[in-house]
Amino acid sequence: MLPIESQKTSQIRFMLNGEETDVSFAPYKTLLEILREDLGHTGTKHGCELGECGACAVLLDGKPVLSCLVLALECGGKQVLTVEGLGEDGGLHPLQDAFADLGAAQCGYCTPAILVTAKALLDQNPHPTRDQIREAISGNLCRCTGYLQIFEAVEAAMLKIAGQKTSAT
Amino acid sequence: MPNERDPRVTRVGSLKANENDLRVIGVPRRRVDARAKVTGQTRFADDIFLPRMAFCKLLRSPHPHARIRRIDTSRAVAHPGVYLVLTGKDVPIQYGILPVSQDEQALCVDHVRHVGDPVAAVIAREELTAFEALDLIDVDYEILTTISNPEEALATSAPRIHEYGEEGNIHKLVALEFGNVEEGFAEADEIFEDTFFFQGNTHLPIEQHASVAIKDPDGKLTIWSSTQTPHYLHRALAKVLEMPAAHIRVIATPNGGGFGGKSDPFNHEIVVAKAALMLDRPVKICLTREEVFYCHRGRHPILMKFKTGVKKDGAITGMHLQTLIDGGAYGSYGVASTFYAGALQTTTYHVPRYRYQGCRTFTNKPPCGPKRGHGTPQPRFGQEVQLDKIAERLKIDPANLRLHIVESPNAVTANFFRLGTVNLSECIRRVVEVSGWKDKFRKLPEGRGVGLACSAYLTGAGLPIYWNKMPHSGVQLKFDRCGGVSIFCGATEIGQGSDDVLAGIVAQVLGIDPFDIRLFTGDTDLGPVDLGSYSSRVTLMAGNAALQAAERGKAIIAEGVAEKLEVPKERLSFADKRVFDSVAPEKGVSFEEAVCIAEARFGTIGTVGSYTPPKSPALYKGGGVGPSPTYSYSAAVVEVEVNPVTGWVTVPRIWIAHDIGCALNPTLARGQVEGSVYMGLGEALMEEQEFRRLPKKLSHALVHKFPSILEYKSPTSLDMPEVITELIEEPDPQGPFGAKEVGQGPLLPIMPAVANAVYDAVGVRIDEIPITPEKIMKALAEKKAGREPRFGPSHFPRINWPEALRVPPPWEGGDGNAVNDVPRRTRRVSKKEKVLTS
Amino acid sequence: MMRLPLFEFRAPRTLEEAARILDAERANAMPLAGGTDLLPNMKRRQQVPRMLMSLRHIEILNRVALHDSGSRLGACVTLSEIAADRRFRNGLTALAQAASLVATPQIRNMATLGGNICLDTRCNYYDQSYEWRKSINFCLKKDGTTCWVAPSSRKCVAVSSTDTGPALMALGARVRLVSRSGEREVLLSDLYNNDGIDFIKRRPDEILAEVSLDNLHGWKSTYWKLRRRGSFDFPVLSVAAAVSLSGNNTVEDARIVVGSAACRPLAAMEAAKSLLGRPLNQQAIEEAAALAARIAKPLDNTDFDMTWRKRVTAEFVTYALRELRGDDVRAERESFTRCAFE
Ligand SMILES: Cc1cc2nc3c(=O)[nH]c(=O)nc-3n(C[C@H](O)[C@H](O)[C@H](O)COP(=O)(O)OP(=O)(O)OC[C@H]3O[C@@H](n4cnc5c(N)ncnc54)[C@H](O)[C@@H]3O)c2cc1C
Ligand code: SF4
Ligand code: FES
Ligand code: FES
Repeated sequence: MLPIESQKTSQIRFMLNGEETDVSFAPYKTLLEILREDLGHTGTKHGCELGECGACAVLLDGKPVLSCLVLALECGGKQVLTVEGLGEDGGLHPLQDAFADLGAAQCGYCTPAILVTAKALLDQNPHPTRDQIREAISGNLCRCTGYLQIFEAVEAAMLKIAGQKTSAT
Repeated sequence: MPNERDPRVTRVGSLKANENDLRVIGVPRRRVDARAKVTGQTRFADDIFLPRMAFCKLLRSPHPHARIRRIDTSRAVAHPGVYLVLTGKDVPIQYGILPVSQDEQALCVDHVRHVGDPVAAVIAREELTAFEALDLIDVDYEILTTISNPEEALATSAPRIHEYGEEGNIHKLVALEFGNVEEGFAEADEIFEDTFFFQGNTHLPIEQHASVAIKDPDGKLTIWSSTQTPHYLHRALAKVLEMPAAHIRVIATPNGGGFGGKSDPFNHEIVVAKAALMLDRPVKICLTREEVFYCHRGRHPILMKFKTGVKKDGAITGMHLQTLIDGGAYGSYGVASTFYAGALQTTTYHVPRYRYQGCRTFTNKPPCGPKRGHGTPQPRFGQEVQLDKIAERLKIDPANLRLHIVESPNAVTANFFRLGTVNLSECIRRVVEVSGWKDKFRKLPEGRGVGLACSAYLTGAGLPIYWNKMPHSGVQLKFDRCGGVSIFCGATEIGQGSDDVLAGIVAQVLGIDPFDIRLFTGDTDLGPVDLGSYSSRVTLMAGNAALQAAERGKAIIAEGVAEKLEVPKERLSFADKRVFDSVAPEKGVSFEEAVCIAEARFGTIGTVGSYTPPKSPALYKGGGVGPSPTYSYSAAVVEVEVNPVTGWVTVPRIWIAHDIGCALNPTLARGQVEGSVYMGLGEALMEEQEFRRLPKKLSHALVHKFPSILEYKSPTSLDMPEVITELIEEPDPQGPFGAKEVGQGPLLPIMPAVANAVYDAVGVRIDEIPITPEKIMKALAEKKAGREPRFGPSHFPRINWPEALRVPPPWEGGDGNAVNDVPRRTRRVSKKEKVLTS
Repeated sequence: MMRLPLFEFRAPRTLEEAARILDAERANAMPLAGGTDLLPNMKRRQQVPRMLMSLRHIEILNRVALHDSGSRLGACVTLSEIAADRRFRNGLTALAQAASLVATPQIRNMATLGGNICLDTRCNYYDQSYEWRKSINFCLKKDGTTCWVAPSSRKCVAVSSTDTGPALMALGARVRLVSRSGEREVLLSDLYNNDGIDFIKRRPDEILAEVSLDNLHGWKSTYWKLRRRGSFDFPVLSVAAAVSLSGNNTVEDARIVVGSAACRPLAAMEAAKSLLGRPLNQQAIEEAAALAARIAKPLDNTDFDMTWRKRVTAEFVTYALRELRGDDVRAERESFTRCAFE
């Protein structure tokens, strides 16, 4: 049997947080593994690698998916957004601000995945109800907060983004 | 976006008179480490990648109980990409968190005690290679009898899982009696006897344990690890690696959740340290979720029997508690857990006479240990459900009954714990009021109900894990000419906000912004010792140490500035990043200038602070578990809806009041309450660390039923009820700014309150945790058949208890010693740590 | 970190190319759709195909065609798309409900209809890592000789855990299977076997290309799912029901399917038959519920106690039929699923 290392043959080009990115990797790897191990993007976390916790969520072509169950080989030409790409113009995204202010991140381990998932929600539905927020993050386990401060943070960000939009027009 | 007015948390009580001076403390604010967390930049242990780093995987025992006859690693060693294979003989020295239970080995040498016990380690260039090479290690096992539960442990004297302990497979027996309990029962108008079972459950932090070790350029060892207790890991590493502790640096990376599950020194930590030293390259391990279930150290399954005597008005005359505890395969914190299970019954309600008998057994399962509430949620469940039964029989409203018997502030309990502030009555009154209890209890339609329960918890263990007279926490401050302040402290950030507590306290004292502070925490090289993030001790202990260091720094700076401004130093105020005359505020200097003035006057400025808890009056043997500088209190009302056919339970709302002393950062305090409620609800309804014994005729297997985060049921965002939180703030003199703990206490009343609510809803008692629909349906069937409407254990096995240590309570003239033991007025300086060899 | 074993990878762009690959590789290759079932299974070494053949690049498998004459859904349509598509209502409500209750939002964005239909059967003794299974000396379904659920049984009794399967069966769905040698269309109810290992009659060289549904005008359907939590969890029991009612509320036709109570979704024929020509009154519903519960034989290999799951079957059939006759059972639905279905 050959050492796995020698299998590092696959390559893809994709858009990672808006930047064209080339990466070569061992072909058995998932998107989660290449992000963390081959691209140094450790903001995306993992708690099971089996699709059972939600900590590895990223946006793939704008939709939240579990990076632990996406083959890296399948990501060529795709758009991937991770927590590292969430901030705007060097500042924090309103969701990040709200999470920071309102106690929505305790240990912060589930946070990156919840942030990108919430971003996808707000992109698609700028005024979600509490129940829609609850539902949108129902695939992200948080063991610390009991979720309530997370719901409130998403709501606060929603208001802030809506405010920015109206003041911009 | 400060949530000045947070609709979901009400704060009751008066903070300090000089509230105007509190610009940081008590103000909801962004925690200092929030930005790192929301940008994904918090570096957890598995986020560390170093050049030349190798990966480690552990080969684990597939057998619950076996002797290792032989291990052949040659095929694995020869596998391409493998750097090193370790077995037990490479790290044979025993260790364990408690000096009395040094019963673990990093890799088992000749005896495996549960499925998942590690026997060998492969270190390879890629993790996948290491994983594949595990299958190339040949281990020859001799199968031993599987001991799957405490009753089997009691009945099986051989083989022994450990060669130490009481006898056979009994690890620890405890028997304590405070006053004559039989006399108490004789005085009672009614006597209640109930058995309860609390199933084991686990922490399930979303971050899986990970560690990275390197040999430093100068030949020393550094390890980054997701540990809550870097100091204890430091000691264990020094012992097992036979290295001077001064040559070892432990850095506790921020934990992605801990809840007690990262408080023991772990085999994988020792293994990567050893491997890094041998290979002279960085070695990392990150456990899989399944392996985290094998580390466990979670809630002990406990069978309990409560016998309680009461007067007609509910006053307790005596209580006798027996526990049978399933410890799993190792000691861990188990001796402490065994005492804890009997410790806090006396801290909520006045119990004049009390007897506790506890028995912890070894079984072939992952070891149990401390989980949020350590040893106390199980008996709290029994006690609070029994009180509900008592109230019903005595025809007293359960809230009123509790109000009648609440223990008084500053009391010394029957078992000699000195209480601090006790605002349990206020907690009860608040939840009763906000929940509309009076209109709901026994008044809601069939299928809906409310239940109430209370609890108390320590604000830091009064004694360290190994006997010593040194402080429990130390803080160093460095004052910078540019106005910055650095905090150095061993305290460990596990999500609870320990960094923010330190920064908040120092910023408040010095009148600066918490964000002006840099923190160097959880690093054994950089900061003075803090014992760790366990027993809700950080806020009070590290907080007091920080307070002292900050006050000392403030005094030096004030001295310098007073001289310069020619103002008496007592008149100086520190606020808004200025030091100024409180009488003439325009007269002052910036904080930065103030530091420069002081540095010019006194030289480089650095201060230290430390904290040692007050001496406990509990001098008897075993009295070391339970004392605390002060206790927090909680009361909760849970509302449930129960489907009367299927037993399906929905919890729409929970009200909780918590006696916190002072909410240093109310945003975080509320988060701790809600997080505790969340975890408590999971325990109440669905979480179970369950095992499967295959049919004995066919197999010796005893496996974790489903070691996955999918089948270990942690509530999702859709399962979380509305929570209405009340924080009761009467500053406790022991706490920094009066603060008491909030990270564990609010979990405790949830499980019994759910059980009591289920009874209110459908009239059945579920005397067992978790409360599942199947159990409710069975109890409903009993009810329908006219039998006792109950689900729960009916029998407590006979155990040969040792003679109890008899300690007369304070009101019988006791001095804290047992009358039938050598007096221990001052604690004996401990014998040297005894290493138990098997 | 759980990692995949090594595999070869193909990503054909057409169905023909895919069929050729499968024809050449047979059981060595497995189609990969959303990967949300197959990849975890591979990480646990339950399934170790030498080759993965991705279906995601075959355009036509992503199509949804809803016509008056009936609908056709490509196998790679995601469950999120189905759940969000408001055209799946009335006759087709059960499908949208089932899709919306699968796993989690992120998984539904990845998971496909075809993958959900072909989902491997599940069992507490099987959906475990290689090391765990080693510690019970494996089981009949993979690498072992004993079934730990029923040690005396020679057959594996792993549970069909698909949510859309029972719903689609209740809607009378057919599936189109394509292989190099041709294609065939079968009723979904004929695709499944009551055997935990050999649970699907898809040949290894066949691709499930499409699901077709009749126009179910005049029908109403619903899906009830039992699981411990509001998301993540697989069904441990489910009931799909569809009825066509005449003007005076008598049942003209009915289908009831019980899911997750055997190795395949079970059509409750007698229960459905008992309703024909009768109004959906209390008595008719109770009888049907009892008949349906009779065929459910849950075993001790999922979450929850098996006798309790059986008891809930009757309850769920009752809710489903009451809902179909127009009762407001939203509160009951919400209490079990922890969310509303709009
Ligand atoms: C945490 C978790 C929870 C889950 N909960 C649920 C749940 O509640 N309900 C539920 O039903 N499922 C659940 N699942 C399983 C899975 O997500 C879904 O069943 C999903 O629909 C599978 O689709 P997929 O496209 O991801 O399938 P894949 O994993 O890609 O494939 C599944 C199987 O079908 C085969 N296959 C796929 N497409 C085709 C095709 N077109 N032709 C032939 N063969 C094909 C594959 O070879 C494989 O054997 C859960 C999974 C996880 C990880
Ligand atoms: S039903 Fe039996 S054979 Fe099938 S997976 Fe489960 S234990 Fe194995
Ligand atoms: S790591 Fe848990 S879902 Fe991906
Ligand atoms: S903040 Fe710790 S898991 Fe969510």
